Amino acid sequence: MTTDIINDSVADTHSDDHHDHKMTGIKRWLYTTNHKDIGTLYLWFSFIMLLTGGAMAMVIRAELFQPGLQLVDPDFFNQLTTVHGLIMVFGAIMPAFTGFANWMIPMMIGAPDMALPRMNNWSFWILPFAFAILLSSFFMESGAPNFGWTFYAPLSTTYSNGSTAFFVFAVHIMGISSIMGAINIVVTIMNLRAPGMTYMKMPLFVWTFFITAYLLIAVMPVLAGVVTMLLTDTYFGTSFFDAAGGGDPVMFQHIFWFFGHPEVYIMILPAFGIVSTIIPAFARKKLFGYSSMVYATSSIALLSFIVWAHHMFTTGMPLFGELFFMYCTMLIAVPTGVKVFNWVATMWRGSMTFETPMLFSIAFVILFTIGGFSGLMLALTPVDFQYHDTYFVVAHFHYVLVTGSLFSIYAGAYYWLPKWTGHMYSESLAKWHFWCSLISVNLLFFPMHFLGLAGMPRRIPDYALQFADFNKWVSIGGFAFGLSQLIFLAVVIKCIKGGEKAPAKPWDGAEGLEWTVASPAPYHTFSTPPKVD
Amino acid sequence: MTQGTAADAKLKQTQTSNSKVTKKLVLVVFAMFGFGFALVPLYDVFCEITGLNGKTNTSAVSYSDAGIDTSRTVTVQFITRNAKGIPWQFEPVINEITVHPGERKFVNFHAKNESTQAIVGQAVPSVSPGLAANYFQKIECFCFTQQPLQAGEEVEMGLQFYVDRDLPRDITTLTLSYTLYDITSKADS
Repeated sequence: MTTDIINDSVADTHSDDHHDHKMTGIKRWLYTTNHKDIGTLYLWFSFIMLLTGGAMAMVIRAELFQPGLQLVDPDFFNQLTTVHGLIMVFGAIMPAFTGFANWMIPMMIGAPDMALPRMNNWSFWILPFAFAILLSSFFMESGAPNFGWTFYAPLSTTYSNGSTAFFVFAVHIMGISSIMGAINIVVTIMNLRAPGMTYMKMPLFVWTFFITAYLLIAVMPVLAGVVTMLLTDTYFGTSFFDAAGGGDPVMFQHIFWFFGHPEVYIMILPAFGIVSTIIPAFARKKLFGYSSMVYATSSIALLSFIVWAHHMFTTGMPLFGELFFMYCTMLIAVPTGVKVFNWVATMWRGSMTFETPMLFSIAFVILFTIGGFSGLMLALTPVDFQYHDTYFVVAHFHYVLVTGSLFSIYAGAYYWLPKWTGHMYSESLAKWHFWCSLISVNLLFFPMHFLGLAGMPRRIPDYALQFADFNKWVSIGGFAFGLSQLIFLAVVIKCIKGGEKAPAKPWDGAEGLEWTVASPAPYHTFSTPPKVD
Repeated sequence: MTQGTAADAKLKQTQTSNSKVTKKLVLVVFAMFGFGFALVPLYDVFCEITGLNGKTNTSAVSYSDAGIDTSRTVTVQFITRNAKGIPWQFEPVINEITVHPGERKFVNFHAKNESTQAIVGQAVPSVSPGLAANYFQKIECFCFTQQPLQAGEEVEMGLQFYVDRDLPRDITTLTLSYTLYDITSKADS
C-alpha cells in the first residue's frame, strides 16, 4: 500500500509539470497559496526573528555581565527586555509552530492543501509588517516600547514613552495573523481529513494543533481588545485603566492574563505534539496512551482559562481567590504529569536510537519537567510572594519556552528536514548543535533559579554585588547558547544545498502519511486523498 | 467524465462546508473580542459586590445611628499620594486616628497649589485591606467633588466617616489612601 501511494505521488509530480502555476523568483513567494511554500516562509521568518530577539538577549546579558551600568542606559535596557519578549513570543515561537502546522498538517491528514489557501497567504504576509512597525519604533524619537512585554497599565498608558501606538498596531496585526492561521487550521482539520481518518485516528501532532487553534481563536481577540483599550486610554481620553476617571489598573492585569495564560499553552501544546511524534519513532514503539494524551491536552487547554490570576497573587487578592487560583493551577500538573509519564513509558524498553531529533526530544522531556516543577513552586501562593518578579520567574519561563518550545521546534525541524529538503542533514554537525545548546542553555538558565531565590529582581539593568559571580556565568552561557544557534543555520543551509539523498521514510520507526510521499515532498501531495483504515 | 463531475460535486461540497465552519469561527472571534470589553462592567460589578479592589462609596451615605461598638477600636490611617504631574502639596492633617465601629469622625486634609496656574484636582480614595472597603462609610468627602485651586491658593478639605459595626473582627487597622490627579483638561467647566 505504501509503495502505491509513493507511485501515485510521483505520478502527481509528473503531471504537475504540465499544469503547475508555480511562478518564479520573488513572485512565487509573494503570491503563493501552497501550504508547503507558506510553511517554509513561516519557518524562515521565525528563525530570523529568533536571531533578532536573540541579539537583543545578547546585549541584555552583556549589560548584566558585571554589576553597574556599562553598555546601555536603563531606558534602552527596558526597551530591549520588552521587545525581546514580544519578538520571541509572537515572532519566533508562534510563527514557527504555524510553519509546522502549514507544512505538516495537510500531509498528515492526507489533504491536498490547507482549506483556505488564499487567507493562508495573507496571514503570513501581514506578519513582516507587524514586526517592521514594532522594530521601527527603535529608530523613532520615542524609542521602542519599554513597559515590559506584559505592558501593564499605567506603564503603557500614563507613563508610556510614546511608543504605545506602534506597539498596539503591531499587536493588532500579529493577532489578526494568528487568528487567520488558527481558523485555517481548524477548518482544514475538520473538513479535509482523508476518508477513514476519524478524530481519534489523527496523529497526536494534529490533535495538539487543533486544540491550540481553538485556544488562539478564543483568546487572541481578548488581546486585541485589551490593547485597543490601552490605545484609547493613552490617546483618546478613556479611563479603562485610569483610577482618576473611575477605571482600575488592576483590571488591566486581569484582562491581560485572561489572554496571557492560555497564550502560555498556545506556545507549549504544539511542542507536546511534536515530541509525541518523535519519541515513538526513535523508540520504535507506538505512543503510550494515545487517548489519554488527547484528553490530557484538552484538559490543559480548558484549565488554562481559570488560572490566570496566579500571575497576580501579589495584587492583594482575598484569601479565597488566592486559594482558588492556587489549586486550579496545581491541578494542571495532573494532565501534564500524564503526558510526561506517557513519554517515558513510550521510551521504556523501546529499541531506542539517539539521532538528533530524539536527543532534542529527550532533552525536552527532562528540561521541560524542570520548568514544570519551578512552575509548581510558583503556583504556591505563600512562596510566590518571595519569587514574584525575581529571576526565579525568568528561569522558570525560559526553561519551558527555550528548553521546552524551542527545543521541540529544533527536534521537529531535524525530524522533517529530510522530508522538506530531500537531503539528510549532517548528523555530526547537528549533534554539535545539540550538545553545545544543551550545555550552554543550562549554564544560562539554571543559575537564574538561585539568583531569583536570593532576591535578584528581573528587568533591572544593575544588581547587588553578591549576584556578580552567578551573573557572569549566566552571561557566558548566554553567549555560548546564542552562538550555538548559528550551527543550526549552518546545518539547514548545508542540508538544502545537498547531502545524502533522503529516502521517502528516512526514520526506521516513523509513522504517518507524510512518510508515504517522496522526499523532498512534491509541490502537490494527496491530490487524490489516500484511504486510511 | 462522470468521475469528473463527481469530483467537482465533492469539491463544491467541501467548499460550502469550509465556508460554513469559517463563518462560525469568525463569529466566535467577534464574540470573544466583545467579551474582552464585557469584562470591564463585569469586573466593576464583581468588585462592587465583593469590595475586592478597595473602592469605597462614591457618593455620600447618611449616618445611621445604630449604636457605637465600644468593645473594640479600629485604627484608621491616612496616606496621600500625588499622581504624576500635579504640583500640589497634599497631606492629611493627622496621620491616624482610633475609632470605635459606628462612631462618627471628622478629619481634615490640607492641599496647596504650588504652581503658577489654576489646576483642578480630583482625589481618588482606596481602602486597604480591600475587603474592608465596603465597611468604610463616607458621610461627606472632598473626593465626591472636583477641587479647583488658583495658583498659590490653599484649602482645608474635610472628610466625615464612620466604620461599619459589621467590620470583621480580625481587621484592626484600615488604611485610607488618597491619590490626587490633575484633571484640569477633563474638568466640568
